[in-house]
Amino acid sequence: MNQEMKEHIRQSLKKGKRLDGRGLEDVREVTIETGFLSTAEGSARVKFGNAEVLAGVKLAVEKPYPDTPEDGVLMVNAELLPLSNPKFESGPPSIQSIETARVIDRGIRESKTVDTKKLCMVKGESVWSMAIDIVPINYDGNLIDMGGLAGIAALKTTRFPTRLEDGTVDYHKPTDQKIELNNFPIPVTVCKVGDVFIVDPTDEEEKAVDARLTITTLDENTICALQKGGDAPLKSEDIKKMVDIAFKTAKKMRDLLAKVN
Amino acid sequence: MSKLERPSKRKLTESRPIEAEAGVIEQADGSARFKIGDTEAYAAVYGPRELHPRFLQDPKKGVLRCNYNMMPFSGDGSRVRPGPSRRSKEISMVTEKALLPVIDLTDYPNTVVDVYIDLPQTDAGSRCAGICAASMALADAGLKMKDMVAAVAVGKVRGEIIVDLDGAEEHMDENEGTDIPVGLVPSTDEITLLQMDGKISKEEFINAIEMVKPALREIANKQREALKSKYNIEPAGERK
Repeated sequence: MNQEMKEHIRQSLKKGKRLDGRGLEDVREVTIETGFLSTAEGSARVKFGNAEVLAGVKLAVEKPYPDTPEDGVLMVNAELLPLSNPKFESGPPSIQSIETARVIDRGIRESKTVDTKKLCMVKGESVWSMAIDIVPINYDGNLIDMGGLAGIAALKTTRFPTRLEDGTVDYHKPTDQKIELNNFPIPVTVCKVGDVFIVDPTDEEEKAVDARLTITTLDENTICALQKGGDAPLKSEDIKKMVDIAFKTAKKMRDLLAKVN
Repeated sequence: MSKLERPSKRKLTESRPIEAEAGVIEQADGSARFKIGDTEAYAAVYGPRELHPRFLQDPKKGVLRCNYNMMPFSGDGSRVRPGPSRRSKEISMVTEKALLPVIDLTDYPNTVVDVYIDLPQTDAGSRCAGICAASMALADAGLKMKDMVAAVAVGKVRGEIIVDLDGAEEHMDENEGTDIPVGLVPSTDEITLLQMDGKISKEEFINAIEMVKPALREIANKQREALKSKYNIEPAGERK
């Protein structure tokens, strides 16, 4: 990005102003839509303003990993489609797509949102595998937060397909059975630009960010995953402030998620 | 002749319900969404922009590059592994050939116009939906075109010629049916996409191509309406 634009963003933020008129800790208007894809067992569309991300859940019956014969398989993947932004290119997964998927994965895995033992059918033989795919349609920053919210909303509305006698799956016959979710991990990325902190950066703002910290929380008091990014270091005071902002922001997200069924 | 009752209760030449929308991806230079039944395609156009590596450049005109991709959760059945497959590469290629005759890139030598087609859900007819969306996205990008390509499949199932096969029809009788995706330039009546798998007699084939044209013209109208309504101020807040 051109240096003038970057400097302009930084100078405005210093005065507490964002290019789109938001306050520093304001999230764009959030909408969550679920269950609109006929081919996915669970689906969600999350929009933050015009930024748009889809999440889809696919279930399959598989053999468990030999070291965890009683656990179902959980996988999170992010595809940074070149459709969604001019800077994305076709080819092997970029580091951004890998990081996005891994940070979202960590939030769900480490908080034991899904009890993988309950996804086991026959020990060592067959378990449910659960793939959550995060796909931006219009990328305009903040993919980890949007993808994390979309992923959990999709999980919340996932229905198991019918498992047939021979162990295969009939995807055309969805059941009423839902995935039991123990909690709702919400990632919130707080960005440090100069001396100020912002949430929900746009694509342009992301380019002016010095450091970021993704804080995934489960409720008003529990953190279940962290990821620091960006080139600049963070001081303890910074981290304290960022954690506070993350809890505040996550509460709003959790309230919206509660309305999703 | 055996009377075929379509699982969806449609008439033989009736296509599935269509949704068409232009300008759905803000980051793109042109974009569109085309949904026919449970098959849905997004298309985004980026360019004309610099083409690398340089040996791919054409000093006489811009290059059209199409990329067809199914999202991992869009398949009928188990998860689709991300990344290009033999199938997706071939479809990308026929999509390019289907669109080339209507687009003029002579004003943009040495550049590329990228068209990305991504499908969040499919229920047969995905290449056709992709071509419909791509045509609209190219027009939305303001590129010089003589028309938009409309595409839909026609086929033969249980002895009947039917238009716009859905997944249930394609898989009837152990995939014995015949499937013919057709792309048409409505203004010139030229066909730019034509593939087939299955068996069909000469007469039936000629008949099928004629039978699908009303559905193609209906799609062409939907495409035009969508582009016009993007610039219509009246129904504010209509766009999702």
